[in-house]
Amino acid sequence: MPKKVISGNYAAAYATKHARVEVVAAYPITPQTSIIEKIAEFIANGEVENLEYVPVESEHSAMAACIGASATGARTFTATSAQGLALMHEMLHWAAGARLPVVMVDVNRAMAPPWSVWDDQTDSLAQRDTGWLQFYAENNQEVYDGVLMAFKIGEHEKVNLPVMIIESAFILSHTYDVVDMLEQEEVDEFLPPRKPLYSLTDFDNPFSIGALGTPADYYEFRYKIAKAMEEAKKIIKEVGKEFGEKFGRDYSQMIELYKTDDADIVFMGMGSLMGTVKEAVDILRSEGYKVGAAKVRWFRPFPREELYELAKSVQGIAVLDRNFSFGQEGILFNEAKGILYNTDAKPIMKNYIVGLGGRDLTVNDVRKIANNMKKIIEKGELDKEIDWYHLKR
Amino acid sequence: MNTLFREKKANAKKIMFKSIDGYPEVPITLGTTLSNFTGDWRNFMPVVDESKCIKCYICWKFCPEPAIYIKEDGYIAVDYDYCKGCGVCANECPTKAITMVREEK
Repeated sequence: MPKKVISGNYAAAYATKHARVEVVAAYPITPQTSIIEKIAEFIANGEVENLEYVPVESEHSAMAACIGASATGARTFTATSAQGLALMHEMLHWAAGARLPVVMVDVNRAMAPPWSVWDDQTDSLAQRDTGWLQFYAENNQEVYDGVLMAFKIGEHEKVNLPVMIIESAFILSHTYDVVDMLEQEEVDEFLPPRKPLYSLTDFDNPFSIGALGTPADYYEFRYKIAKAMEEAKKIIKEVGKEFGEKFGRDYSQMIELYKTDDADIVFMGMGSLMGTVKEAVDILRSEGYKVGAAKVRWFRPFPREELYELAKSVQGIAVLDRNFSFGQEGILFNEAKGILYNTDAKPIMKNYIVGLGGRDLTVNDVRKIANNMKKIIEKGELDKEIDWYHLKR
Repeated sequence: MNTLFREKKANAKKIMFKSIDGYPEVPITLGTTLSNFTGDWRNFMPVVDESKCIKCYICWKFCPEPAIYIKEDGYIAVDYDYCKGCGVCANECPTKAITMVREEK
């Protein structure tokens, strides 16, 4: 299989090429821009056939164009970041409501003000209720694999929902790493052409999408989406397993568990920071700590059952949130705690707010967090629930 | 029933779903909206004076419904089952052949 040293953004671009994407509509924004630049380059060099690239005047229009294209049955892709994603917000609901499996890469970037171009998950997490599936990539390889799987999962007849593949600003988007890409024939076999649920090009049977839904019907259509999301868990695991069997990288776990079997303390988080955490787990284990890592790959649909299984076996979970919901707490922490409330799994859980706006989380930081968690578990009570870990005091 | 829609209108039925399984997966239109007789929203009705009508069909072009149709004799008429009484036709008519009359209900 061809290995290339490429950025996370180029990994995303190559994945769209191998997935034979038919329509791309996008608007540039740092740090996403090099994804769509690379796709434009593929077209300019004649490396892709049958790809329509629609340059638009805003992200709102980009998503609107993707919705229109996807409604004709085309395989459709876009990419954005932060303010651009926020501008798409209205249309994100539309894509999910019309059950169109658009795939988008969101390069996590902190929301302004103050202006920032660095990594922060609040932009994508603020879109959690739009009906999009969300996958958080740890490294460039997962960006590539994630985009390929996103089409297969989103387009599945039992899902028909849009999918967001999320990577970190600069840490992945502009950092070069080895990516093991697939041969075109392998991708073609894994990802056949899309079979749309409906198509606007069905001229003999004209219809309109998303017209008025009165109180007598709206409710049922919401339930259909809820059910498709629940169904998506099964499909994610199936597709993740198939990917592993075919290409050697298994994605059947929606939460990737790293050395958690005999762990007392587990660090839970999403995205690229979990690479650092895994490295820290190895180092801490060599120093005698019984720690592990739980990387939440899929935030929507949320793997409730997998979280419960993990929570049953550990004493403490340190949730590392590179995001924050003002007036509440870290978003992953909030969700995880809520899911466990009605279960018999009651590990001590503490929320560490880390890495906002691209601040680094180092191995040494993870050690300090491990020491803090150890103390809490020995004492049997939290010192505080939400810890603004990096705060200059 | 001399309208633009003729038998389609006569046969239009509302689609009612009794259980979740009957619904389509996607909120696409499954039939016609001709069964929605929105004419009962109307407060003012357009009344056509054929003696002033010059058959320019500007009203027919502007009607947003469309509730104005052209009769066999070339004059226009209003389908009151759908006309919401917006008054655009009366406003656009160059010869003032359409007047909006308060409707008693």
